[in-house]
Amino acid sequence: MSLEGNTEIKLEHVSKTFVDKKNMSYPVLKDICLEVKKQEFLVLLGAGRTGKTVLLELISGLDGEYEGTISFAGGQLETKDMGIVFQKYALFPWKTVLENVEMNQKFRGMEKEERIAKAKGYLKLVGLEGFENHYPHQISGGMKQRTAIARAFAGESDIMLLDEPFGALDAQTRWQMEEEVLRIWEEEKRTVIFVTNNIEEAIYLGDRIVLLEGSPAMIKKEYIPDMKRPRSYTDTRFLELRNEIGDDFALVL
Amino acid sequence: MSKAGRQLIKKILLGCLGVAMFLGIWQLLMTVGIISQRTMSTPGQVMETFLVKLSSPDPDGATVQEHFWSSLKLAMAGFFSAILVGIPMGLVMGYYRTARRLLNPVFEIIRPIPPIAWIPIVILFLGIGMPAKVFIVFMAAFVPCVINSYTGVKQTNPVYIQAAKTMGAGHWRIFTRVCIPSAVPMVFTGIRISLGSSWSTLVAAEMLASTNGLGYMIQMGRTMIRPDTIVVGMLVIGCTGALMSILLGRVEQHIAPWRD
Repeated sequence: MSLEGNTEIKLEHVSKTFVDKKNMSYPVLKDICLEVKKQEFLVLLGAGRTGKTVLLELISGLDGEYEGTISFAGGQLETKDMGIVFQKYALFPWKTVLENVEMNQKFRGMEKEERIAKAKGYLKLVGLEGFENHYPHQISGGMKQRTAIARAFAGESDIMLLDEPFGALDAQTRWQMEEEVLRIWEEEKRTVIFVTNNIEEAIYLGDRIVLLEGSPAMIKKEYIPDMKRPRSYTDTRFLELRNEIGDDFALVL
Repeated sequence: MSKAGRQLIKKILLGCLGVAMFLGIWQLLMTVGIISQRTMSTPGQVMETFLVKLSSPDPDGATVQEHFWSSLKLAMAGFFSAILVGIPMGLVMGYYRTARRLLNPVFEIIRPIPPIAWIPIVILFLGIGMPAKVFIVFMAAFVPCVINSYTGVKQTNPVYIQAAKTMGAGHWRIFTRVCIPSAVPMVFTGIRISLGSSWSTLVAAEMLASTNGLGYMIQMGRTMIRPDTIVVGMLVIGCTGALMSILLGRVEQHIAPWRD
């Protein structure tokens, strides 16, 4: 099937059910319909255990067992070309910061010199110059997540999936990283799906926010924070939207 | 002086003190007469015998160096062949289900057999020469190599595998670039266990069936009621084991620098 010009990812009636060894069914996602536009910064917002990570796994192709269809620009039904930033960094501890970022292009078969040059470029973009030869255990959580972001971007895929990337960081670092991610995204526009359980983070970052609720999770509502970036946490519109989402969120819980 | 320097000196001094205390208690027990002079030698006598044994083949037919080299060669031959066979086998079993299903049942049966229980059958097949002992050492070192490599690969954090997949890595790349490196710490633990196990198994084998080696030397010491020879042999075995362990630690730091 072909998608209309501006759509990067299209989910149609996607449902996912886990079945355990005793044949018990655990429906996680139900009838998810969603279109993600090219170069859109989409935020998937939901409380814990609402299948957000599962949805990313389906989109990324890491999990291929689901009902419904997921299609991509150009009509492909499957794509491996995606950069993912995982909740817990997932950096290879046996590789240095530079080698970790380089890995992405290495697996894609790029020549050594070219991929090192690229990796260095992305490390510069995330502000990690001078840390190329550190191992992951030698750098802070924020720096690890920067490395992971650089690694995901270095694959030069059109689609970036970020799964609660700042959940493990302290508040201060988190704000910094949110700014960073917007800056990087504005420098290197990609289609971004950003998963979070934090309402303010969602409003600060998203072009569009999709709220997931329930068990199995369904799309409850969409919000468009039509505010200029950089957004201020104390802006009236910001606070209104936060309250609005907060009320819906409360009902969810 | 730097703090690290002071800590190092403190560490060395305390280590020496520990050894001195051990020797002191040993000497004291003998001086007081709790241990009879007929059944045990004093630290001084042991040291003396060690120095004499460096050049004299009495009473067991070879100098202590000759026994030492004979043992070390056998232990290393068995140990390295076990590493060469065991680690690849374990890694492959950890990643490929077919290999696991094929090899695991046999391995699970062989695994609980203590290495020295192989000695009788091996003597029948291979006699008491070098191949027999290398084989017994091999069996002792092989098992921990396989188990640890296998477990190391199986325990690869699935998130690393997912990350590699999203970067377009196929099965072979995931195995060689993700699972194997992430198994390295476990593999090294296996190597460490193997090394200790090959050394102790060799000595046991030499005590039961041999005409030279450190195990043979201490066994002869018993036959001739020479506690000094026995203790010299034991201490050489102990010191060699400790040295090998330190060396292996160095190698590990070099190969796996990402570990704290």
